[in-house]
Amino acid sequence: MSQFKELTIQGLWKNNPGLVQLLGLCPLLAVTATVTNALGLGVATLLVLVGSNVTVSLVRNHVASEIRIPVFVLIIASLVTVVQLLMNAYTFGLYQSLGIFIPLIVTNCAIIGRAEAFASKNAPLPSALDGFMMGLGFMLVLLVLGAMRELLGQGTLFDGADLLLGDWAKMLRIEVFAVDSHFLLAMLPPGAFLGMGLLIALKNVIDNKLKQKQTIEKGSIARARVTGAAQ
Amino acid sequence: MSFKIASSPHQHSQRSTSQLMRLVVLACIPGIAVQAVLFGYGVLIQLLLAVITAWLSEALVLMLRRKAVFIRLKDNSAMLTAVLLAVAIPPYAPWWIIVIGTAFAIIMVKQLYGGLGNNLFNPAMAAYVLLLVSFPLQMTQWLPPLSLQSVTLTPLDAVCSIFTQYSCSGFSLAQLQANVDGVTMATPLDTLRTGLSRGLTLDESLQNPVFFAFAGAGWLWVNLAYLVGGLVLIQQKAIGWRIPVAVLASLFVLSAVASLAAPDSIAGPMFHLFSGGTMLAAFFIATDPVSASTTNKGRLIYGALIGLLVFLIRSFGGYPDAYAFAVLLANMTVPLIDYYTRPRTYGHRQRSELK
Repeated sequence: MSQFKELTIQGLWKNNPGLVQLLGLCPLLAVTATVTNALGLGVATLLVLVGSNVTVSLVRNHVASEIRIPVFVLIIASLVTVVQLLMNAYTFGLYQSLGIFIPLIVTNCAIIGRAEAFASKNAPLPSALDGFMMGLGFMLVLLVLGAMRELLGQGTLFDGADLLLGDWAKMLRIEVFAVDSHFLLAMLPPGAFLGMGLLIALKNVIDNKLKQKQTIEKGSIARARVTGAAQ
Repeated sequence: MSFKIASSPHQHSQRSTSQLMRLVVLACIPGIAVQAVLFGYGVLIQLLLAVITAWLSEALVLMLRRKAVFIRLKDNSAMLTAVLLAVAIPPYAPWWIIVIGTAFAIIMVKQLYGGLGNNLFNPAMAAYVLLLVSFPLQMTQWLPPLSLQSVTLTPLDAVCSIFTQYSCSGFSLAQLQANVDGVTMATPLDTLRTGLSRGLTLDESLQNPVFFAFAGAGWLWVNLAYLVGGLVLIQQKAIGWRIPVAVLASLFVLSAVASLAAPDSIAGPMFHLFSGGTMLAAFFIATDPVSASTTNKGRLIYGALIGLLVFLIRSFGGYPDAYAFAVLLANMTVPLIDYYTRPRTYGHRQRSELK
């Protein structure tokens, strides 16, 4: 149970692939212009990550370590192909709007990073969980960034969600405010970089606040003079 | 006669940052005045909006950073950034353009890098690029000079059109852009670019009424006014001569050579020097002490690089004027330029001489 908790915290916050490891930045920055795109790519990455972690973990004792990287890449590439074909079949609009970034999931360093760092050393179940949590952490960053950019850029949320979820999702579209001219910068790559920087800064601020709180709680004994070594 | 004994540095500037910044703002006044007289009062309202936004956003960030607010506001650097951005954007752009731009310049480009003295890029120009990339329509709605406008705008009309996009008598900006014959007119640089891209020769393009003498109507005087302001700054030793001279010389030489080689498609040197934001950029923007090169040789290289980029972007690029891009690109090269042009310290020989 403690491993479950640890993996969750690592994946969602402490070792978040997007905010801390800064892996997979290319899709993270490129497709987060709207929440729908972010959600689509996030789910696709999540699926591939869980699948690849489980598979790598299953074959970890049968693959010689000299050739492990090609094998990992092969596994990831086949999973990406599966996801790509599924998206082509069931969410064609989104498949078209994500374009090259679906096949590019293969090169997402977050996936091969987890395969190498975790799945190749652990049993299938923890690996699946690690993949799920890392994928979820990545997806959450995508979603927050997508929401920020879509809101700033065109004043809506969940625009085009029907491409991913079917026709009923058209009602999900929220028009927060109507603008005459779109704020193009938020939708262009520079806006993604700026937004990403702000998110990372926000995370650091929160971490610092938490740390301060902890030290205050710990150091409840009031001393008149504290030297560095005594702490 | 008294012998003063003081520790080094023995030679120091008598001027504080605050006075320097104020002097630069004051030197902008001739240019702003000419802009207001020839192109209408919009620029004054933009100035007001920009300065207020700059002060508010600077105060906001300083409070968040828990720094002393008033001491830093008094250094006038936020005001200078606001002024430079306000004169660079179209005078009748909607009010939120200048507000977004100034807030971005102060908060993102200046304060997030650590405040005055730490910013890598020129805040006003980075904000200009942000606006140009984000709102291409609003950022290119320049009105022709008053003498060519079909409708005369009163100061009240300027307020109306900035805040509601329509003048008080109900004309939209697009209507105001048109001359008496109903032909829309843009800036001279833009008109020239459009003419050339339609296959006209340079001479044919210059037949448009927005051109006057060897430059654009109105723009010639604006540039001359900024030239005067800039010369005052050099005379007052507020800025060095190297950057402006290098910018203008490189632009002059390049356009002279190129227009001799291709007289039908490249505008001549005088047109380049007195069009768009040439003088404003050469004297007021490129000389920003924070983001420009700091060595003497480096300043010449930096200025020449800006001139080269301006010429290239104006002649072959996608935008009619190029100062913001040129200055930002040159800002990026500053650390490299400074590294290779470090001056010899007194008492030390150059490495090459030692061998």
